[in-house]
Amino acid sequence: MKAYFSDRMGAALLMAPLLLFLGAAYAWPFFGVVNWSFTLPEPGLGQYGTLLSDPLVQSVFVRTLRIAAIVTIVSVAAAYAITVVWVRGTPAQRVVAEFCILVPFWISVLTRAFGWVALLSNRGLFNTWLQAIGFISEPLTLVRNEFGVIVGMTHFLIPFAVFPLASSMRGLDDRVLLAARGLGSSRMRTFWSVFVPMTRSGIIGSALIVFVFSLGFFVTPAILGGGRSVMIAELIYLRIFQSPDWGLGAAISVVLVLFVGALMALLFRYVRPKQLI
Amino acid sequence: MQQPGRAAEIKAIGIGKSFGSFRALDDLTLDIGRGEFLTLLGPSGSGKTTFLMILAGFIQPTDGRLYSDGVDITERPAEQRAAGMVFQGYALFPHMSVEANIAFPLKVRKRSSDEIKRRVGEMIERVGLKGHEKKLPSQLSGGQQQRVALARALVFEPGVLLLDEPFSALDKGLRGQMQAEMKRLHQETGTTFVFVTHDQSEALALSSRVAIFNHGKLLQVGAPDEVYDRPANRFVAEFLGEINMLPLKGVRNADNGATGLCEDRTISLRGNASAVGSNAILAIRPEYMSIAPEAAAGENGIAATAVASTYLGAATRLDLTTRQGAKVTVSVPNEVAASALSKGNSVWLTWPAEKGFLLPDGGQ
Ligand SMILES: Nc1ncnc2c1ncn2[C@@H]1O[C@H](COP(=O)(O)OP(=O)(O)O)[C@@H](O)[C@H]1O
Ligand SMILES: [Mg+2]
Repeated sequence: MKAYFSDRMGAALLMAPLLLFLGAAYAWPFFGVVNWSFTLPEPGLGQYGTLLSDPLVQSVFVRTLRIAAIVTIVSVAAAYAITVVWVRGTPAQRVVAEFCILVPFWISVLTRAFGWVALLSNRGLFNTWLQAIGFISEPLTLVRNEFGVIVGMTHFLIPFAVFPLASSMRGLDDRVLLAARGLGSSRMRTFWSVFVPMTRSGIIGSALIVFVFSLGFFVTPAILGGGRSVMIAELIYLRIFQSPDWGLGAAISVVLVLFVGALMALLFRYVRPKQLI
Repeated sequence: MQQPGRAAEIKAIGIGKSFGSFRALDDLTLDIGRGEFLTLLGPSGSGKTTFLMILAGFIQPTDGRLYSDGVDITERPAEQRAAGMVFQGYALFPHMSVEANIAFPLKVRKRSSDEIKRRVGEMIERVGLKGHEKKLPSQLSGGQQQRVALARALVFEPGVLLLDEPFSALDKGLRGQMQAEMKRLHQETGTTFVFVTHDQSEALALSSRVAIFNHGKLLQVGAPDEVYDRPANRFVAEFLGEINMLPLKGVRNADNGATGLCEDRTISLRGNASAVGSNAILAIRPEYMSIAPEAAAGENGIAATAVASTYLGAATRLDLTTRQGAKVTVSVPNEVAASALSKGNSVWLTWPAEKGFLLPDGGQ
């Protein structure tokens, strides 16, 4: 009992600097932001009222939710396919899948966003090719709109969606899949009615991670949206740095943090933190 | 394994399986009769699961052919063989209710929903799971999960049911109950059962025939009393239960069997002397030996001294040493053991001639 207690104390002491740092770096400034949201330009709930009535703010919220939802569905579906190969493929397939999953982590988010601009812009690789083979006559608008933002964000987020899926697939008992086939189920049917449902916790964890990340995305939407497809994080930036409207920017931030917090709480009800890495 | 409702007859010819350079099964030839209850018995790692997986179609043999009702099914994939299988650890679908687990093989076969409902209901009744239909496997006890696994494997009336150590995770009482239930299910369905275990008493109690495996080889197949009383070799003799072995010299054939010298006494026993050579082993199960003050001249018997006893309740296990130092164990009534021990001197061990048999000398 005593040893247990002092172990706990020791752990708490070791953790203390980290907790202090997190407090100083996140909690303290966040309370400052909360404070602004209620006091700028004058004390009261005025900024939250604006937030509820301003059509621009609302359209940005709706767009953010829509983009996040689409990105989540596409990323999780793509990540699922990659993860199946990574976890259950032949050794050679595994190496290829692992490469596809890990390489993006070595390239900065900025580089990747500009890479997509280069590929998707009016005189980019895709449009040039499509015109060259005579598939289209006028260039398609692939960036500076929601499409470009979705492509860039999906590309960035797929690797993050892989890990919760991989951990749920690794934990799966192979004999259950054999049992399904032994009972007469084709490979396809076994996949859809046994394998996929058994990885449900991984799918939920993966979807929530991608969704939460998407809500606060800044760099990729700012570059690939080209100011026309503004998402919440960019809106906050604009309120605070361009139109000095700190109160509204702060109020939007507070709403975003609370929303993400609620989603995280939901996430940890379904998956243990260990499964996410 | 194809027509539903009809027990399959399976023929394995020269089946072998290598994992890399490791030979997990070697030249296995075995006929499994229609509707029989065959047990595969052997120590852990002897290849029982591998053979069952080959029967189910989950593993391709490296050599040999497999026939079901005369049709070569060696290359047929598992989902088309549709043998019922109960895995070690049950392998139930964790996300499906008891009902949905049992309905799965019927749904896959696109049976009408009326038929599915009726058959699943019957099966649930038959394995005693009424009232648990809506539960998930994680909400059931080990014994109940076992029943779901059995029901799921039997509901589509497979030609053969394969069971891989289904009771190894259950406690002893429940094990006995499930064994009885499985025997009943075998009689009711008439399906061919192939059952794997490493527990010899389970094998002897349940089966119509027992196939004994060791190191990937099939050593002997036969009815329980046949393999128990007439084991083909030393491994089978020892694996099926306790056995006393005494060196035997000058072995030769005689009327109704063989005869030889054991510690200067002439012993008659079963077996063929020409198969073992002149030096062999005399083997007798402990329960066939009795303690006597004397052995008559023509009777099988050797002198020994009791050295220790273990009280077993219904009987006592007595350890003795013969004059030439061989160790013998017998199981005798409690009062016989007490008096044999108190005498402290020599008693005689006797046994009927047909209960002793010849085994070749040496490892095999
Ligand atoms: N997939 C495999 N790869 C390599 N060796 C295997 C494989 N499956 C089984 N073996 C080996 O084959 C032998 C027999 O295994 P198994 O059939 O499972 O034995 P049992 O069921 O009698 O305990 C064991 O030594 C085991 O290690
Ligand atoms: Mg096994």
